Amino acid sequence: MSEIVLEGRNIVREYHVGGGLFGKAKTVQAVKGVNFTVEKGKTLAIVGESGCGKSTLGRILTLIDPQTSGELLIDGKPINIAKDKVTTEMRRKVQIIFQNPYGSLNPRQKIGEVLGEPLLLNTKKTAAERRELAMQMLVKVGLGPEHYNRYPHMFSGGQRQRIAIARALMLSPSLLVLDEPVSALDLSVQAQVLNLLADLQDEFNLTYVFISHDLSVVRYIADDVMVMYYGEVVEYGTRDEVFSNPQHSYTKTLFAATPKSDVESIRARIAKKKAAA
Amino acid sequence: MAQTNIQSGTSTDSSLRRQLAEFWYYFSENRGAVIGLAVFILLIITAIFAPWIAPHGPADQYRDAVLLPPIFQEGGRAGYLLGTDAVGRDILSRLIYGARYSLFIGIVVTCIALVGGIFLGVIAGYFRGWVDTVIMRLMDVILAFPSLLLALVLVAIIGPGLTGAMISIALVYQPHFVRLTRAAVMAEKTRDYVVAAKVAGAGPLRLMFKTILPNCMAPLIVQATLSFSNAILDAAALGFLGYGAQPPASEWGTMLADAREFIASGQWWVVTLPGLAILITVLAINLVGDGLRDALDPKLKRS
Amino acid sequence: MSKLLEIKNLSVGFDTSNGMFMAVQGIDLSVEAREVLAIVGESGSGKSVAMLAVMGLLPKSATVTADSMTFDGHDMLTMTSKRRREIIGRDVAMIFQEPMASLNPCFTVGFQLEEVLRVHMKLDKKARRARAIELFKQVGIPTPEERLNSYPHQMSGGQCQRVMIAIAIACNPKLLIADEPTTALDVTIQKQILDLLVRLQAEHGMGLIMITHDMGVVAETADRVIVQYKGTKMEEADVLTLFEAPKSPYTRALLSALPENATGDRLSTVADFMKNEAANAGAAS
Repeated sequence: MSEIVLEGRNIVREYHVGGGLFGKAKTVQAVKGVNFTVEKGKTLAIVGESGCGKSTLGRILTLIDPQTSGELLIDGKPINIAKDKVTTEMRRKVQIIFQNPYGSLNPRQKIGEVLGEPLLLNTKKTAAERRELAMQMLVKVGLGPEHYNRYPHMFSGGQRQRIAIARALMLSPSLLVLDEPVSALDLSVQAQVLNLLADLQDEFNLTYVFISHDLSVVRYIADDVMVMYYGEVVEYGTRDEVFSNPQHSYTKTLFAATPKSDVESIRARIAKKKAAA
Repeated sequence: MAQTNIQSGTSTDSSLRRQLAEFWYYFSENRGAVIGLAVFILLIITAIFAPWIAPHGPADQYRDAVLLPPIFQEGGRAGYLLGTDAVGRDILSRLIYGARYSLFIGIVVTCIALVGGIFLGVIAGYFRGWVDTVIMRLMDVILAFPSLLLALVLVAIIGPGLTGAMISIALVYQPHFVRLTRAAVMAEKTRDYVVAAKVAGAGPLRLMFKTILPNCMAPLIVQATLSFSNAILDAAALGFLGYGAQPPASEWGTMLADAREFIASGQWWVVTLPGLAILITVLAINLVGDGLRDALDPKLKRS
Repeated sequence: MSKLLEIKNLSVGFDTSNGMFMAVQGIDLSVEAREVLAIVGESGSGKSVAMLAVMGLLPKSATVTADSMTFDGHDMLTMTSKRRREIIGRDVAMIFQEPMASLNPCFTVGFQLEEVLRVHMKLDKKARRARAIELFKQVGIPTPEERLNSYPHQMSGGQCQRVMIAIAIACNPKLLIADEPTTALDVTIQKQILDLLVRLQAEHGMGLIMITHDMGVVAETADRVIVQYKGTKMEEADVLTLFEAPKSPYTRALLSALPENATGDRLSTVADFMKNEAANAGAAS
């Protein structure tokens, strides 16, 4: 049952800044030695504010950027793209969904081509098979076969995010990295997309790494939570542990800063305001 | 299933039509551009049907009708609407045939410059690093020379003639396309959809030419139109200096060169009319280019 | 209490290539002095457009109609555009979502703040500097003397938004309009900026209009709330009533779509909700 899909051991990512004609090159550590494991079918949420290194980590997990040091294991196999080429087999295991649904689809590519591209590049399926699979996937993410020949600009933000999800699932990956997948969406659409993600996770037994800054979304979707602050993991545990008993002061600050929309909080705020006036 | 296919077929049709309609909406808001386009289309028709439209052959000499003024001036003859030149060739016919040269030059020069520029620009913008440095410094060197002077030097090396002139002008225009493509590629390269294509397994070639390039075309189309008119102008200039199309070709610049001796004399039509033809053509194409920029540049749209 | 801004039956249409698009359809709106009004809606609800219309910041393709539009007793509809600019520059101020984009990158933040003081308050150089430092202190920028000489790119997003707020309150406006002021910011910074806005509103006795899509921001700041959907007003209520007993089905749908209000495994979506409402209405009749 507890099959481990993803494991990171002491992952470090450094950037070299400057070092042109003048000035000395500086080394900035965006991710400073991160350890974690994710079991099959579970969701690990990585929480943090901008610049904390969560997206950098996401790009390492998706084999877009290499880690500077440390070990990354996917399905138990170590991989470092700085050394070895990414094989088709590895490529098929991890996919990513981006935050901005307007930037993640090629404006000159029809939806059918968007969905067919991963199959075209990684499998030997014929055009007819690709078309059939793409149509099926469109239905699965709540769109219809009639959308196959349309261009991205004809869709709303929520629909585009569904298309991005469909593209990620075309190669039936075991791991999906979701980089703030709902933070650019309206509240009502956000709910729909979160529901879709939950359904797909059940259906395909997917493993999610869910990168987010929104604690209410994380609380809803995550099994495990990892809080990052300036490249370091300051809190790591199950959802209930982290939310009911945060240890690190930064996690506490984060919880305190999250707007509260329950009636008691509003009543307290209004009472306080009345008292001050 | 069949029904959905039909549906999707019609929806793409209508989307294309809508895109075209939208393009026309923004293009037609610029009245100058529409006039320019009309003139340009007229020019194309003239060039294609030159043998049927022109009253005489471009090289036919009529010894009995040397230096006749246009018909509306005293002494003009009905057979020669815009008069004749020093060896008795009909100027109108020569101008009509000359349109063929100008369009040909514009198309060839723009195509060479565009294809080369896109290729080098995409490579420089995608790979960066030393490849970028080498290509861009080379382009800077070309840009450091005054364009006509460099074209002259190149023609001198290749040898005078229309082909030489076209190749050298294309080379001179190269850097503009390279720079434009490189800037556009660099901007597009960091977009999420490019990363997504990479995650889907696309290699560098596919990323460069299939994913990124189609999204960089708008500024290139505008630049291509402007180069088109510039090429006609430069070819005329080379022709005038005797390094472009050689006489008796009826290229407008060459016609001007032949008529040099009449600049100060009374036969104004021999000099003015080819010049006017160049002016109108270049102006029309530039107007179209402006209109294209308004219609294609999303930054100028809806603001 | 006196009405600071009162608008009756405001409509805004945009002329597009596909004909007229109505972004706002017949909205009534009023703000009292010392009141925080939140306008909530999703994208396309026309929540920003209404306020831009009041500020006269819409492009030429927009047509604005209203039965009446008064600010602080002045009729804004019949006013000359020059008079309108005077009032808007001084008595109404607006801050936007992208603090970095709202500041001119070519000038120091101090220069940009003093520019406003020069144009609207006619202060001399020394007085401007003093006022600028005082304003920076008010909005909680540490070491204001040094920060005045910084360029926007040398400051963080939160700091830039503080500068924008300083510029907005420089002329002691009677009404401050904040258009998604914290959407581009991190949660901890958002908290600070919201607290700052509410504090300044109370201290200066301003009216504050918060335009937002975030129910959490509404809950943390507003006195009264207007919920907008596709250019029409769905509900108007004081904040406690809205969260305790929302009247409009759309508001109820929005609240139930919040992840923290999730019951069981699934979130209820607005679409579900609208469908249920329709079914109920059908059953009742």
